[in-house]
Amino acid sequence: MMFKTSLRHLREGFKGTLRNGWMSFAAISAVTITLLLVGVFALVMFNINEISDNVENDVEIQVFITRTADESSVEKLGQNIEQVPGVSTVTFSSKEDELAKFQDQLGDDAAAYGTVEKDNPLHARYIVKAQDPLELEEVAQSVSSLENVDDVKYGKDYIDKMFAFFNGIRIGGLALIVGLTLMAMFLISNTIKMTIFSRRREIEIMRLVGAKNSFIRWPFFIEGLVLGMLGALVPILVIYFGYDVAYSALQPSLDQLNSDIFKLIDPSTLTVQVSLVLLALGAFIGIWGSTTSLGRFLKI
Amino acid sequence: MISMQKVSKVYPNGVVAMDDLDLEIRDGEFLYVVGPSGAGKSTFMKMIYREEKPTGGQLLIDGLDVGKIKDRHVPKLRRQLGVIFQDFKLLPSLTVYENVAFALEVVGADTSSIRKQVMDVLNLVGLKNKARNYPDELSGGEQQRVSIARAIVNKPKLIIADEPTGNLDPETAWGIMEVFEEIHRRGATIVMATHNRDIVDKIRHRVIAIENGKVVRDEEKGAYGYDV
Ligand SMILES: Nc1ncnc2c1ncn2[C@@H]1O[C@H](COP(=O)(O)OP(=O)(O)O)[C@@H](O)[C@H]1O
Ligand SMILES: [Mg+2]
Repeated sequence: MMFKTSLRHLREGFKGTLRNGWMSFAAISAVTITLLLVGVFALVMFNINEISDNVENDVEIQVFITRTADESSVEKLGQNIEQVPGVSTVTFSSKEDELAKFQDQLGDDAAAYGTVEKDNPLHARYIVKAQDPLELEEVAQSVSSLENVDDVKYGKDYIDKMFAFFNGIRIGGLALIVGLTLMAMFLISNTIKMTIFSRRREIEIMRLVGAKNSFIRWPFFIEGLVLGMLGALVPILVIYFGYDVAYSALQPSLDQLNSDIFKLIDPSTLTVQVSLVLLALGAFIGIWGSTTSLGRFLKI
Repeated sequence: MISMQKVSKVYPNGVVAMDDLDLEIRDGEFLYVVGPSGAGKSTFMKMIYREEKPTGGQLLIDGLDVGKIKDRHVPKLRRQLGVIFQDFKLLPSLTVYENVAFALEVVGADTSSIRKQVMDVLNLVGLKNKARNYPDELSGGEQQRVSIARAIVNKPKLIIADEPTGNLDPETAWGIMEVFEEIHRRGATIVMATHNRDIVDKIRHRVIAIENGKVVRDEEKGAYGYDV
């Protein structure tokens, strides 16, 4: 009995979707566009967050040591830096290490610079990481006042600009998504309103013969749900397969930057999570849209 | 069965459709409600099936104060009565059988008994062989029989009929009245608003005349009483 009733609601719900073909299509399209943007935006956001984290974890202070400093004062400087509040790790990199790194980056071109090995122009340096990336500036200042420090560098401007840019994307994207979500809800609620209207006679009779309110409402509820979830279909497919393609296309070139920072998130778990979020959001938009219509047009 | 004490109905727009009406309707009674258009007959009936709430007084059906029951309990009340209208209110996309079965399905009736109940009631109204037809393939009288079948299929004790013969020619109307008589004989209480003088005068039952929301006449085996 329960089962048969549920089947009936499902059938009526789907029928409603078909009955208002064009309205349903418009509502589904709105959900599709909304969720596509939400999905793409979510992927971009997750990756931006990942990169931000990498950047934050990666920010380091380069402490260039005076070229004239002897071995013991270099060692002393290292100990002094470790004493500075807020410092987490201190790593030494000799002139020779620096040169090797430099040559590494140049690759085959390194041969052209063969002569520099004899007369290495690079500074030995300490690479300092702060416990809290936000305290970077203070730490850098304290370190720069120490003896035998030639210069102190850290990528403050570059980092600030990057964060500002990321924030811009976040806010703009969110505004767009909220707007589109509202529009999708509105279109769904309108579609349900049309269904209610086209079935007003049926509803009138159901009420007359004593159908329960919940019985009358279920099909519309399901119709909203169906519209929302159908709208999630295309975005999920696009996200699921699209991110894989984008990842395969982009990551190799990012790998060439040879940096720990620019690593995209692996598609396997991310796309599944985002897909589930999209499905849930589609269902939510649909249910919300139908519920508002039911509230307004199905007063019993 | 129905007991009204000082029942009044003032619509939100200020129209007084029912004015301190007192009335008792006994179990198994057949009651004609007559009176000019706008007198308040439909309002009187709507309050019985709780389409409208009284704004004053008390309306009891089998002891239940209909004006006071919560909205969510209205379906339960409606399952105990059958309502019939002048315009049939059939669903054009459903067959005769489906229209009647609809009333059972939407109240969650037991599937196995639906078929028998529907066929029994179609037999009673004389439409057994039209079960597969659609409403627009039927005459007005036949359509009204379908709507009667739908109203009585769950065996209610009380039938409310608001001008059931209003859209039918006299000959057909008589046929419909035979169905009501049969339902009445089987024990149902019937409240019928009508403008049909011939019927009220020939098939004698209790008659109440409503004017301006008041009962101005109440006669056992009464006549229609208005000269037109
Ligand atoms: N929903 C309503 N809102 C306001 N006034 C109404 C409403 N329904 C009926 N009326 C008014 O109440 C009075 C009685 O109407 P009704 O009960 O339909 O009379 P009858 O069925 O005897 O013709 C009329 O004046 C009518 O205009
Ligand atoms: Mg009327």
